[in-house]
Amino acid sequence: MDSSSNLAIETAGLVKQFGSQRAVAGISLSVPRGSVFGFLGPNGSGKTTTIRMLLGLADVTEGEITLLGNSIPKDLDTALPKVGALVEGPAFYPYMSGRNNLFRMDAADRNSDAKTRASRVDAALDRVGLTNAASKKVHAYSLGMKQRLGLANALLKPRELLVLDEPTNGLDPQGTREVRNLIRSLASEGITIFLSSHLLSEIEQLCTHVAVMSAGSIVAQGSLAELRSHGQSRLIAKVDDVDKSVELLQAQGFAKIKISGDQLTTPADAELDVAGINQLLVKNKIGVSEIRLEHPSLEEYFVDLTGEGFEVVR
Amino acid sequence: MFAKSLGLSLMLSELKVMFTRRRTWAMLFAIALIPILLATAVYLSADRLAPGEGPPFLDRVTQNGLFTGFTAMLLAMPLFLPLTISVVAGDTIAGEAGLGTLRYLLIAPVGRARLLVVKYLGTIAFTLAGTFTLMIAGAIIGAIYFPVGPITLLSGDVIQIPEALWRMALVALYTTVSMMGMLALGLFISTLTTIPVGAMTGVLIASGVSQILDNLPQLSWLHEWLFTHYWLDFADILRQPMELSSFGSNLLLQLGYIAFFGALAYGRFTSKDILS
Ligand SMILES: Nc1ncnc2c1ncn2[C@@H]1O[C@H](COP(=O)(O)OP(=O)(O)OP(=O)(O)O)[C@@H](O)[C@H]1O
Ligand SMILES: [Mg+2]
Repeated sequence: MDSSSNLAIETAGLVKQFGSQRAVAGISLSVPRGSVFGFLGPNGSGKTTTIRMLLGLADVTEGEITLLGNSIPKDLDTALPKVGALVEGPAFYPYMSGRNNLFRMDAADRNSDAKTRASRVDAALDRVGLTNAASKKVHAYSLGMKQRLGLANALLKPRELLVLDEPTNGLDPQGTREVRNLIRSLASEGITIFLSSHLLSEIEQLCTHVAVMSAGSIVAQGSLAELRSHGQSRLIAKVDDVDKSVELLQAQGFAKIKISGDQLTTPADAELDVAGINQLLVKNKIGVSEIRLEHPSLEEYFVDLTGEGFEVVR
Repeated sequence: MFAKSLGLSLMLSELKVMFTRRRTWAMLFAIALIPILLATAVYLSADRLAPGEGPPFLDRVTQNGLFTGFTAMLLAMPLFLPLTISVVAGDTIAGEAGLGTLRYLLIAPVGRARLLVVKYLGTIAFTLAGTFTLMIAGAIIGAIYFPVGPITLLSGDVIQIPEALWRMALVALYTTVSMMGMLALGLFISTLTTIPVGAMTGVLIASGVSQILDNLPQLSWLHEWLFTHYWLDFADILRQPMELSSFGSNLLLQLGYIAFFGALAYGRFTSKDILS
């Protein structure tokens, strides 16, 4: 078998053009089966547009998509029943109950079995903790309840892949935690999860793999560990004799030492033997009040990649 | 076979969505009000109405309550019925797009062509409900206010009550068929927008324009191609023997509109980006 069969989602040179704007500018995603794949990017970077193309909602301007081994859009009907999705927030008929909304969505799927419908709907409601509110009309739902109902809709059938576009949007901390736990438990069942978010912390907590989007392009992609290793670790030391310490550190090969007051900061290897450096300083009669190795946070890396500004890029 | 390929279960679900909606019942109620208001007005002013005055049949309503439904249908056809129906027809795709449920139906996956067919059949179901509501409400209120008996037709022949009820049902069916072209137009317009009110307005304007054109003698060559052209010809059902030639032409015309706008709707909807 070729390597692509290990991928739940694969795109090659995927482009979406809106008028003169390239909302998605040629991205090549590789989402391994069984991974929890974070699709990270600031507002307007093209996450939702990519997801719409993956699910056949929007046409591909250029490029190829393979979804669970099926070529999209050609074999959409084979792929979609195995995919549950939440795209740009939940959407329901406000004048119908949560349960009836799920009945409706399940009836829309020509492959779904009407005989098991009621039990599947109840199981999905139970899974997201909505059983008690199931017969309430959706217009009386809070945003968090709608978000849960959206997840229940994605879980109406056993799925191989869940595509979740900002699933914790609008949830309170409690709800956020519950949704994260739900995602973890789904992942532990072997379901591949493709999770878009602009929240780094969310991706860091949940994901095994990440792709970082910026203005329509992927600027980094790989396992979380790989991405972490991209940034530069730093040695930080607070000493009573700055000049002598700098001399000693330079002798050890450290460069670009920054001094602020009694604190030294210098780029360092991630595996640096900090205790050894400490001993060296102390042996030279330098008082060390603090010494530590700081690993790059994914956040800094993310900001480096996507630009720091709060302004939407385009 | 039908159940599997089209999805009986989707059709039922479509009807359920339509008829759990309060708006649907409000519109049916408003339709029922037409014969009720008509009969009440006639009842309260019966002696002042000279034969032949007012809309056709109006003077007959006092003599025979069974005429109420026919008269109400004549009043409702030009504007009120198209108005309620355009709400439903404009809502088909645009309503789902506006709510955002369209994207979830499509990834279910519902199949775009299948969804169009089911949506279209749903609007026909509403139209049937509307026309029957009007005729039934007419018969009931007519029977309450006025005497009921064998009907004297336009041709002078007399038909008995069961035959009259059967012809009322035929009128409801005829008017439903008359609306099918407009429903197809509505379905198409509905694929063009995510704002149901916009689609509804488009349908209504089209029906208004079509009726105006139908009244311009200079455009007589165009008349038989207008989807509103046969709208009032259900009166032929009240002749003895029933005059059904207009029904045949009407059916052909409506099928033509269905084919044309159905194809446009299909072409548009199956290639459209769903971005709502
Ligand atoms: N229907 C459309 N027509 C034109 N441009 C669009 C359309 N939809 C999206 N865009 C543009 O495409 C770009 C990407 O939008 P997209 O919704 O994919 O961003 P996103 O990453 O999902 O952002 P967010 O985090 O805000 O959800 C944006 O610049 C947006 O303006
Ligand atoms: Mg988005």
